[in-house]
Amino acid sequence: MSNQIIQGILLGGYYALIACGLSFMFSVMRIINLAHGSLAVLSAFALWFLASRFHISPFLGLAIVLPLMAVIGWALQRFLLERSARGGALLPILTTFGLAIVIDNVLFEQFGADTRSLAPFIGSLSYDSWEWPGSIFVGKLAVIIFVTAVILLGGLQLFLTRTGLGRSIRATSEDPDTAGLVGVDSRRAMAIAAAIAMVTVGLAGAFLGMRATFDPYAGATQLLFAFEAAVIGGAGSLWGTLVGGIVLALAQTLGAKIHPQGFLIGGHLAFLIVLFVRLYTSGLGLRGLLRLSAGKAS
Amino acid sequence: MSLLSIEDLVIRHGLLQAVRGVSFGVERGETLALVGANGAGKTTLLRAIAGAHQAAAGRVLFDGTDLSGVPSHERVRRGIALVPEGRRLFVQMTVEENLLLGRTAGRPGDWSVDRVLDTFPNLKPRRHAKAGHLSGGEQQATAIGRALMSNPDLLLLDEVSLGLSPLVVDRVYASLQGLMNSGTTIILVEQDLNRALSVSSKVMCMLEGRIALAGDSSSVSRDEVTKAYFGLHRKNAGGMPA
Repeated sequence: MSNQIIQGILLGGYYALIACGLSFMFSVMRIINLAHGSLAVLSAFALWFLASRFHISPFLGLAIVLPLMAVIGWALQRFLLERSARGGALLPILTTFGLAIVIDNVLFEQFGADTRSLAPFIGSLSYDSWEWPGSIFVGKLAVIIFVTAVILLGGLQLFLTRTGLGRSIRATSEDPDTAGLVGVDSRRAMAIAAAIAMVTVGLAGAFLGMRATFDPYAGATQLLFAFEAAVIGGAGSLWGTLVGGIVLALAQTLGAKIHPQGFLIGGHLAFLIVLFVRLYTSGLGLRGLLRLSAGKAS
Repeated sequence: MSLLSIEDLVIRHGLLQAVRGVSFGVERGETLALVGANGAGKTTLLRAIAGAHQAAAGRVLFDGTDLSGVPSHERVRRGIALVPEGRRLFVQMTVEENLLLGRTAGRPGDWSVDRVLDTFPNLKPRRHAKAGHLSGGEQQATAIGRALMSNPDLLLLDEVSLGLSPLVVDRVYASLQGLMNSGTTIILVEQDLNRALSVSSKVMCMLEGRIALAGDSSSVSRDEVTKAYFGLHRKNAGGMPA
């Protein structure tokens, strides 16, 4: 059991990493980015392309791909999300949904349906592990991913609270009109926030490719895991995202121990339980929730 | 040359014309009190100067430069700071963080967090408190301090006494008096006519989007302003183009 718990915690690091950008975009820009998973897969494909075509290690490739992801995030915000946000809260969601479809199909057209992985390009790191007492094997890559997630979340927290740009981003997220009146260029702040979110997505995509396989349509699954981790941890809370990722991963690993098909079901169950508890304790109560859903249905 | 010149300014909210062809000027070091009933267009005028509303017609000239199309954050950089009605603090941030946001525009000047805390001593023990947890007076002081942190040439104060007890209003105005005496140019929207006349060098009364009365505070009586306030008297008492 202790082995499952340790593996679950380490896997939670990856989920926190992939949920981080989603949570950041939601908390700062109030946008639920349904293209999140597809953008992570795009990053993985970019690293795979650099590695297979130019023999650039995925870790070195990050020096090229992460700045590119930042530019993509900046451009997405400036030319797509900002404009769609003028049409109401629903339009950016539909826009990112459409974007996900475009990315998936462009990747399919360019790379075909074959499953790929970055594992062959990182030597033995993909399977190397340390043996702990009690025959517990801890993967080196899993530890690297977990430590990266903690550093990234901590760094983002420090950036938002200790720097002028971070304060500007928080101010814009709280009240963009007033932010402008105190001298904050809200459009610039949001574009930078989108660029930061995309860098985290790029990093998550890299680790996705190193620890598992991916194909052009793998984005939807990654989006689901990111969404579940973000909701479990409390959407918008950076450290909550880490907790959410760990809870999701623990539920999955424990679910897998109970039943071979319990991996996904365990995660979904944990997500639904947390979601139900959150809604129930939101002040509406069970009857209120039922009335709300009935009212919306009619 | 006036620090601020408003020329035939028209502001619309949809079909409603909130400001109707207003013209006036403000010299450096002046304190202009803007009075008028609710809906007269005072807040809209102030927000238009700050760049929160775009003009349908007319111009806002600041230091001789036309501000048409200049966004609000750029106007702060040029030296215009607004203390908005209702304070509009970032309630999830601390007092210090709100004040530091005022420095985003990067204008050089003497205002610092410590100087604001010296000017508003009631904020000192609340420096690290979230703005949402402050009293009304503390929030108002933070909002004024945040605007001062941008080292403005022109300070726009929109109903700083709104929702505050008389004692707290006295404290806020006592703090502002130092600013007015130091030569900071201020446009002040105020409902309290006595206070408006006592702290300002010029007064302007708005009615239904137009200037109903404008003149030196020393030469305009409270009775004249009251009549203009209710649309019973239209007069330019001299000293200002109207």
